[in-house]
Order: sequence, then C-alpha cells, then structure tokens
Amino acid sequence: MSDMARKPKEETTEPQEGMIQLIGVHKWFGNFHVLKDINLTVLKGECIVICGPSGSGKSTLIRCINRLEEHQQGKIINDGVELTRDLKKKSKIRSEVGMVFQSFNLFPHLTILENLTFAPIWVRKTPRAEAEKIAMQHLERVHIPEQAGKYPGQLSGGQQQRVAIARCLCMNPKIMLFDEPTSALDPEMIKEVLDVMVELATEGITMICVTHEMGFARTVADRIIFMDKGEIVEENKPSEFFDNPRWDRTRLFLKQIL
Amino acid sequence: MSSLGSSAGTDALIFKPMPDLPAPRTTVGVIGWLRANLFNGWFNSLLTILALVFLWKTVPPFFSWAVFDAVWSGGSGACPPGQEGACWAFVFNKFRVLMVGLYPVDQLWRPILCGMMFVLLAAVSIFHLMDVKKVVVLWCVLPFPGFLLINGGFGLAVIDQSLWGGLMLSLGLATIGILISLPLGILLALGRYSNFTLIKALCVGVIEPIRGVPLITILFMASVMMPLFLPVGMEINNLLRVQIGIILFSSAYMAEVVRGGLQAIPVGQFDAAKSIGLNYWKTTALVVLPQALRHVIPSLIGRCIALFKDTSLVIIVGLLDFLGMVKASAQDPEWLGHDAEAYVFCALIYWIICLSMSRYGRSLERSRQQD
Repeated sequence: MSDMARKPKEETTEPQEGMIQLIGVHKWFGNFHVLKDINLTVLKGECIVICGPSGSGKSTLIRCINRLEEHQQGKIINDGVELTRDLKKKSKIRSEVGMVFQSFNLFPHLTILENLTFAPIWVRKTPRAEAEKIAMQHLERVHIPEQAGKYPGQLSGGQQQRVAIARCLCMNPKIMLFDEPTSALDPEMIKEVLDVMVELATEGITMICVTHEMGFARTVADRIIFMDKGEIVEENKPSEFFDNPRWDRTRLFLKQIL
Repeated sequence: MSSLGSSAGTDALIFKPMPDLPAPRTTVGVIGWLRANLFNGWFNSLLTILALVFLWKTVPPFFSWAVFDAVWSGGSGACPPGQEGACWAFVFNKFRVLMVGLYPVDQLWRPILCGMMFVLLAAVSIFHLMDVKKVVVLWCVLPFPGFLLINGGFGLAVIDQSLWGGLMLSLGLATIGILISLPLGILLALGRYSNFTLIKALCVGVIEPIRGVPLITILFMASVMMPLFLPVGMEINNLLRVQIGIILFSSAYMAEVVRGGLQAIPVGQFDAAKSIGLNYWKTTALVVLPQALRHVIPSLIGRCIALFKDTSLVIIVGLLDFLGMVKASAQDPEWLGHDAEAYVFCALIYWIICLSMSRYGRSLERSRQQD
C-alpha cells in the first residue's frame, strides 16, 4: 500500500536491529521522577506487554515513544531516528507510530469513515478515494464495516475502540502502542477488542501494550515487562513471568491481580 | 467453577425478556401533557388560571388597538388626536427614512438591490439551501459588492456616508461587525489558549481592557479620541471609526465565548491529533475548532444578536441608525403623538431579525447533532 510511497532514504535505516531502543531514559514531571533508567529494545514483530500498579510510569513510558511526553535524559531511538526536539521528525515519527488510548479519543465531529481517512488525507496527502478504500479494508479487519457512516457517539465502547485501532492501521504504522485499551470497557466488550489485538499480534505487527489483561499477556506476548515506581522490575517470557517470577515484587503483584 | 461444572450436564433455563407494556393513560398524550405541564399540583393549577386571566385581559385589547381600530393609510391628517387605534399610516409614511435614512431618493434602487441580495443570502442560510462552506464564502464575499453598491464608485455616484441611516446602517454595521469580529475573536481565543507566554499575554492584554469598558465609552473614544492618535494627514471617517470600535468590542466578547468552547475539548483529542502526526494549525482547524465552535453556537448566536442590538448605541456619536430614525420620526411635528406605533414597529423589526438569527443558530445546532 503506502510502502510504495515511502522515500528510499528510509529503506537505508531499515536494517537496524531494534525497531525501538530506549537507552537510560529518565523523565521527571516537575520534581517527580516518573521514569528511572529505562532500558528496552523492541524488535520488529514483537508483542510486548507492560504491566504494573497504577502510577508506575507505564503510560508515560509508551507516551515517550511517540513523544507525547518528552524525556529529559537518555536516548529513544525509533527505527534508527533519535527522538529530539526537531519538530519535523516528531510529526513524521508520530505518523508512523500508531497509538490506541484508554478513552478511544475518536474525533466526535467526524463519521467513522472520516475518522479513518483523516490522517491519510491530511498527513500523508493520500487521495480521498484511495484513503476510503483502505479505510474500508481496515474496518472489515476489525469487523465493523457496516458502521462506516455513523458518528463515534452512536457506537458502543468496544466498537469505538476497534475503530480507534483501525484508525491507526490506516497509517500503516511500523509499531502500535496500546495504552490500557480495554480499561474503559464493559466486561462484555473487552473480548471483542482483545480478539482484534490478538489477530494483529499473530499477523506480526510490532506492538507494545500497557494492559491488565493477563490472559492476553500470557497467550500473545513475546515478553512481559513489569514496572513499579518508574523502574523496570522484571522482563521475562510469559511462561516464566507467570509461573516462576524472579522478583518478590512481581510475585506480590501477580498475587494481587490473579 | 464447581457450580458451573455441575450445571453443565442439565439443560439451562431459557431467559425470555418480558414484553413492553403500555404506559398508564394519564401520563401520556394530551391529558398527560396537561397534567404534567399545566395542572401539576394546586399551585401550578392556580398559576395556570391566573396566567390565562392575564392573557385574556391583555391580548384582545392589544389586538383591537393594533389591528381592528388601526388606521392603515393616509397623510398626516388621517389620524385625528382622539383616534383610538394605532396609526400605521405614520409608519408607512416614514418607511423610507426608517429603512435607508436620508439616502437620495433617485438612488434608492441601490440599497434595495443590496437588501434583496442579503435577504436572499439569509434565506439560503436559514433554510440550508446550500452547502455550509459555500454559504460562508458568500457571506465573506458579498459585503464587498454590497458596500460598493451603497457607497458608490466605479461609475456609480458616490453617496456621502453622512446620508446613510436607518435599518440599512444598523444591518450594515452589524453584518460587517459580525463577519470581522468572529474570526478576530477566534484568533484572540486561540492566542489566549496558546502555550506561548508572549502571545498569551498580548491577547489577554487586548481582551480584558476591552471587556472592562462599556461599548458607549469605546464608541466615544473611536469617534472623538481616535483622530487625535492617528498620524497627521491620515483621516478615517466617523462611520469607519465607529465600525472599528464595534468590531474591537465584539471580538473581545467572541474571544471569551470561543475560549469557553476550547476548554471543553478533552485533552485526549489533542493526544489523538498529535499521535497521528497533525501539526498545530491542522489540529486547530480540523479537530479543535469544529468541536469548540459547535459547543458554543448558542452563545455565539447570542453575541451576534447582542451586537446587532448594540448598534443602536451609535446614536450617541451622531449616526442615525434604525432606532435613531424611529426616534427622529416620532418627533416630527406633523406626526406628533405616535411614539407607541414607532417603537412597536421598531421592536417588531428588531424581533424578526433577531428571531431569524436565533432560528438559524438552532438549525445549525441540530444539523451538527451527532450523539
């Protein structure tokens, strides 16, 4: 699809080992130290789940990856490009990193189809007809093509979140970030969103998910990262993480949520 | 788990939702409406009866004055002093001055043409006969030929602006005032909402002083003091100075209304816009403003109506707008004693125009309803 439109310059940065690298990242909100020495490499096609108690810095961490938040120390390298104050780079990187929010954040004044074609048309300058074609394909992928003409307010939470996922897919992202995508949903709707996420993970889309859905983490994640107080406590394979965690803090956390 | 496991063997009970039953008869339909709205308890019933008595005592006498006993035509002799009903002949006689002031009679086709143009445009807007974007473009473009038509130039005789007046002047000041102060107000609001301290301070510095001063003061300053500050040789006529004053005043208020709408936008919308790679201006124009303005349509329309009515204050700097002409006509020695008719007519025209604006606002709100 839009791979054809990409400039050859990017292709040369492609052979990087890690798609996303975080090296010694620190971040403060005022005097509050939210992220402490974060080191993380996410490879192409990996599905990483980040969990931890609230206030542990999970959301801040993934918001740093598309620079919705600025980090103050350390390096974040996104597909070979380091995140700096450079504005041009920033919006280019953002357009290549898809993000799904807890509160969906669809644009309520646009129809579902318009929500999906919005970024391709206004950021990538894709012709409308083509953008709509791609949008319909992605709506089918999240199983709600019949809702294309409605407004977000007319959809259920689960449907809205699936639209939000489709909105990201329309930009053909190199990586997708999920910030507690099911936390605002009724129990009956969580499954429909998780199903879509499982499908994406099996298709090999690189994703980082902040979530409390441990069932999802166990079956889909390649690695699980447990954070507390702004630090990465444990990084482990799902089987090891659930059955034989290395750290006492992890054990305590698992005991409380399972 | 164990209870689930044991019941798996036997057939599950089948859940059938109960069918909807009709509501009690006294709560729906005409009777339900009357009970709920007019006779809801003894106090409300009493108020309803008192209101009906009041209407019976006031409405028929007004109609016999305004319609049945009224004089509809004739010259200044048509309404003798003892006349019971209204003297609409007076209004018909003064109609031209009330509409266009002292505009030369042989050039009347120009304001008539211009007026028709805008009545048509207003109708197109109110009844949504055209795409909203096209309507906006027309509203921004048509004032130019409209002004040219009234003012003259390009072969048309130039009509001195001291001769302009009446409803034409009121509507002109209001239309141009709204069309310029709305975008200006939006810019001021965005500035006040921005993260740049300097821009923010600048906008606050414009908005707050203007909001803190009565419109009359601004009009006086525009009319009397502005010429003192202008460079030597630069002259701006009185009407334009007043127009500038109205625009400044209105845009400060519009800015605060729009700011209210901006604050209603959830942070998540900015996050979402940023995360798909939109820059500031695209985020503002495509995500933030469409939502913010929709939230504040009722208040914006309110500001437009207020602006239109505020134009009647230009009388204090010597311009004879619609209300000014009404007042002047009521003092005509040939037609003394017809103040009531003059002001009722004036109120009726103001009301029709304000009602149209308000209906337009309502229809805009409804056409944008999405949830």
